Amino acid sequence: MRDRRATLDGGGAAPETGLRDKGNVMVTRGFVGRRQPPETGARLPPGQYLTQDFPILQIGPNPAVDLATWRFTIREGSRPIKSWSWDEFGALPRTRWAGDIHCVTKWSKFDTEWEGVTIDDLLAAADMSAPTAYLLAESFDDYTTNVPVADLLNGKAMIATRYAGAPIHADHGGPARLFVPHLYFWKSAKWLKGLRFTGTDTAGYWELRGYHMYGDPWREQRYIGD
Amino acid sequence: MSSATSEIEPAAAEPMVFRWHEAEVASVTVVTPHVKSVRLRCGIAGRQRAGQHVDVRLTAADGYRASRSYSVASVPDGSGTLELLVEGLPDGEVSGWFFDCAGVGDRLELRGPIGGSFSWDGPDGGPLLLAGGGSGVVPLLAMLRRRAEVAPNIPAALIYSVRTRAEAIALSELEARDRDEPNFSLFLRTTREGEGRRIDAAVVDAALARIGTPKKVFLCGSNRFASPAADLIAAAGVPPGIVRTERFGA
Repeated sequence: MRDRRATLDGGGAAPETGLRDKGNVMVTRGFVGRRQPPETGARLPPGQYLTQDFPILQIGPNPAVDLATWRFTIREGSRPIKSWSWDEFGALPRTRWAGDIHCVTKWSKFDTEWEGVTIDDLLAAADMSAPTAYLLAESFDDYTTNVPVADLLNGKAMIATRYAGAPIHADHGGPARLFVPHLYFWKSAKWLKGLRFTGTDTAGYWELRGYHMYGDPWREQRYIGD
Repeated sequence: MSSATSEIEPAAAEPMVFRWHEAEVASVTVVTPHVKSVRLRCGIAGRQRAGQHVDVRLTAADGYRASRSYSVASVPDGSGTLELLVEGLPDGEVSGWFFDCAGVGDRLELRGPIGGSFSWDGPDGGPLLLAGGGSGVVPLLAMLRRRAEVAPNIPAALIYSVRTRAEAIALSELEARDRDEPNFSLFLRTTREGEGRRIDAAVVDAALARIGTPKKVFLCGSNRFASPAADLIAAAGVPPGIVRTERFGA
């Protein structure tokens, strides 16, 4: 079991609060805003606010996922390369992560604790290296989202199976979800069933609907063109 | 397993860019003790599909900004405005400004409309099963308004769960639609008055019996409402692939 504290990539870069053109800024009369204490503000990407809840966002109902038949599959294009049953997956090396998560709907949650299998360990267990530079995360509800492989390696991401010391509840994507905390949380696909390596950066569910292809919260990449 | 990705709306596959547009408050009206109707005049008004939301951005004198998402209650009506129904939340940074401060002529910014997945228009067809908890009724209200204009023959039912009648948004409009529109039925559940009933299997069955087999189901509300509602709708035999949910925190 390895422990790793989060370091916030690009922390403090918050260009949105500095106005580019002072002469042309529209001020909303009477709006003061709820300023965060500096120690909170420094951890919040631009446009985000801190929540103590754990909001649940998804396109449809939770899919029924049965651990007895659960399989996690790595594919290159349509070709399966390696797959694991739930028990086999549970035997892979495990890593803990603690830090902050950021949702495109503007909430951030601090000091969350996750545990799972890093993509590095997953690929090592499959005795493979990434065959392409991009992949699509694929879920049991047929949700998909695209992530560059470089954003998943070197401990940056995992397949998480535990949150706050317990199995991840179905509402939060259990039994297993992708976990890529340095990108907006829609990239951390719930109810993950596999990773599909793709030759090109291929838009997933939300990316086809106007959301940003990359989704860096510190550059506020919410939608295409941001 | 049903497919979500096979139902991509053609329009949604087109590239889109959401940039900020100036907007001006055209009117503010009290709707319930906790909700105000805010009409905003903006260039993006009239582009929305029923059920979509917009991002609202407020800027303070020193440049500090805050933004939040709101469902659009209105359908395109040629007025150049769109309607938000804003609930005054105790800690609401943006909703607090709308609720306590906003007045006619105030300026802010909007972008969108956003969210093709949770949206409906006449060609999407029906029957339609809608289930809303509290302010989660707003995008469903937009769908009912659109349906009445373009496809009144599509059977539709709304299961609406609120604490009390006084807190129900657009109750008089919904009750008038229930009375006047032969193919629409309202199933109101008040959790803190009368019989104090929440959404349950009986009301889901009653709604389904009224409309027949649904083609689309839209479910919106807090997690406390949406989780049991999604389970009940699944238990009634509705395939998950036709259900779209929108939840908010707590």
